[in-house]
Amino acid sequence: MTMLDDPRMSTPNVAPKKGFKLSQLIYDTRYRSITIQVIAMILVLMGLYWLVNNTIQNLSALGKDFDFGFMTQPAGYDINQRLIEYTSQSSHGKAAMVGILNTVLVAFLGCLLATFLGVIAGVLRLSKNWVVSQLMAVYVEGFRNVPLLLWIIAIFALMTESMPQPREFKAGGDASMAVFDSVAVTNRGVYVPGIVFENGFLGSAVMNWVLLGAILIASLVLIRIVRRRADVVQEATGVRPTTWYQQLALLVIPVGIVMFLMGAQFQYPYIKGFNFTDGIHLRNSLIALWLALSLYTGAFIAEIVRAGILAISKGQSEAAAALGLRPNRTMNLVILPQAMRVIIPPLISQYLNLTKNSSLAIAVGYMDVRSTLGGITVNQTGRELEGMLLMAAFYLIVSLLISGVMNIYNNRTQLQER
Amino acid sequence: MKKSVFLGALTVAGLAAGAGFAGTLDDVKARGTLNCGVTTGLTGFAVPDANGVWGGFDVGICRAVAAAVLGDPMAVEFVTTTGSTRFTALASGEIDLLARNTTWTFSRDVDLKFTFVGVNYYDGQGFMVPRDLGVSSAKDLDGATVCIQTGTTTELNLADYFRTNNISYEPVPIETNAEAQQQYLAGACDVYTTDASGLAATRATFEAPGDHVLLPEIISKEPLGPLVRHGDDEWSDIARWTLNALITAEELGVTSANIAELSAGTNNPEINRLLGTEDELGAKIGLDADWAMNAIMAGGNYGELFEKNIGENTPIGLARGLNAMWTEGGLIYSPPFR
Repeated sequence: MTMLDDPRMSTPNVAPKKGFKLSQLIYDTRYRSITIQVIAMILVLMGLYWLVNNTIQNLSALGKDFDFGFMTQPAGYDINQRLIEYTSQSSHGKAAMVGILNTVLVAFLGCLLATFLGVIAGVLRLSKNWVVSQLMAVYVEGFRNVPLLLWIIAIFALMTESMPQPREFKAGGDASMAVFDSVAVTNRGVYVPGIVFENGFLGSAVMNWVLLGAILIASLVLIRIVRRRADVVQEATGVRPTTWYQQLALLVIPVGIVMFLMGAQFQYPYIKGFNFTDGIHLRNSLIALWLALSLYTGAFIAEIVRAGILAISKGQSEAAAALGLRPNRTMNLVILPQAMRVIIPPLISQYLNLTKNSSLAIAVGYMDVRSTLGGITVNQTGRELEGMLLMAAFYLIVSLLISGVMNIYNNRTQLQER
Repeated sequence: MKKSVFLGALTVAGLAAGAGFAGTLDDVKARGTLNCGVTTGLTGFAVPDANGVWGGFDVGICRAVAAAVLGDPMAVEFVTTTGSTRFTALASGEIDLLARNTTWTFSRDVDLKFTFVGVNYYDGQGFMVPRDLGVSSAKDLDGATVCIQTGTTTELNLADYFRTNNISYEPVPIETNAEAQQQYLAGACDVYTTDASGLAATRATFEAPGDHVLLPEIISKEPLGPLVRHGDDEWSDIARWTLNALITAEELGVTSANIAELSAGTNNPEINRLLGTEDELGAKIGLDADWAMNAIMAGGNYGELFEKNIGENTPIGLARGLNAMWTEGGLIYSPPFR
């Protein structure tokens, strides 16, 4: 006899007196969800067990172990672009670190440029000027609908094939340097003047730059305080005090003084032997990856910005116009701040995409973490599993950091409901 | 009820998946084709012709093993691998044999868990530069930009060489030989470095090979050979002795031209053992009696393979050098078939 046949069940007021039956696990709604969850849990755990067990058995069949000791062994290979000190005698861990910094560098530069391009293109696509809006449509559709890898390779090939070789810059060669002989555009990358410190406060060049960065951040905080004060005055009196010269001074003077004391000097690239020396070498691989990532992601961001602007009701811009605000102020003070609430959540995922897409660096030989840890190190040590796990962990952490930071920003721009 | 069947199947699948790579020979026989890992294209060593049929010196090894095991030199599935994907492909079981100018080193043998079955080309790492660069020695390359295939021993040798000579360089890491060629010809790097045989093969495909010179320095030993996974000795024996059969055939004067005649039986017992008319070497290795004959007929003996694909009469024009028979002052030597 099942529960449904039980005549007492038809009257809800009467509680079933019978004890717990096994079939209740499926037919009783009170227990069913728990049953399903437990079964799903068991299946997931079994799947996990199978994966881990399979891995362990296959590793032992191959006679391999699971060990991260290789990270302290000497790497043995050289890396062209390194932001920290590294030689072929450094450890695989250091090589991974060089790769991580290169990934972070291109992701950071890419996010900046993509946002810049995206906001401009998104706003301009809404322009009433037909030519401008159509040009932006061409940009967006062109970059959005062609695979990123093709753009990376196309830009790289363009740089490699069409720019002059460094030796053509030698006396008697065809090529010459641009911008008052300070910038050399070659088929191995772009050489630009760098800044060196004659007598830096700290040991390494990197630490000196970190010091400058810290000073710059302090200046920005001070500038914020000045602006806050101006806001307060404006609230009270209706007249905003002129502060731009204070802001400019705060920005320039502290950094300028420190740079002067450290003996900062421009260092111009010049040709010596096979290549240019001194200055900063922006390699083709970096430029191709950076531009392609920025242009590609910028096209998506443009659409996000456009959607955000269109989401603001027309009444807002009409009201702003009625108050006598000029169109560019309307955009900056009324439309964009509100549009940000719509723009930021999808923008986060674009930043994440850009960061993860930077692993396409391998196509042009940019030495990111995929190329060092996930490429050469894995290949030379045969530690595929360990290398891939470390790389997955790195991308996971970076992505979580980006979305964490952006979520904080998002919460601040959201409508404050009271 | 159904659920328990499903769970049971899952468990069985889990156990089966852990069983490892023991019976490569059985797998190959059951599949009917040999999965052989080769380069993405290196003239003379492994390259598809106009009809998409693979040919070359390394491909010859694949075809010989396929002929020995399956009786058909064309029963090969070629899997292209780059310097950085080849070991994963072999370790994961995607390919049964890797014949891709791979250097036999301690760490690859011991640490990466592979078994090198022999050496089919004794090579060394060299440098190629454009003639008008005016460089005559690798020691003049201070500050040069060097194109290098990533994931190779050459990458490590290069770092060592420049470090010991206390000169600097800028490495440009590259995945395939074709990419390296394009970068080198565009002048994005001053120097291309890889195994000297690879440089000669690459140079042979240039429009003006004479405009490029190989520098005299050979900075490393690069014994190139086919390899299989550790742990399946039956399979590594087959690959090893197929290569040895090709070498022994050259030594004994067995060629693809006279093999049919010799297989009728000769008064040289070693030839008879090799070609399966005497003793039962085939049965001992788990193959047909005519396994070595099939392997030799696939593309000729070692010398024939060399001359046809990379020898002095081909555009690549490599001399036998170290790769001559031991009887002629080279290093090519096979243990006896006995």
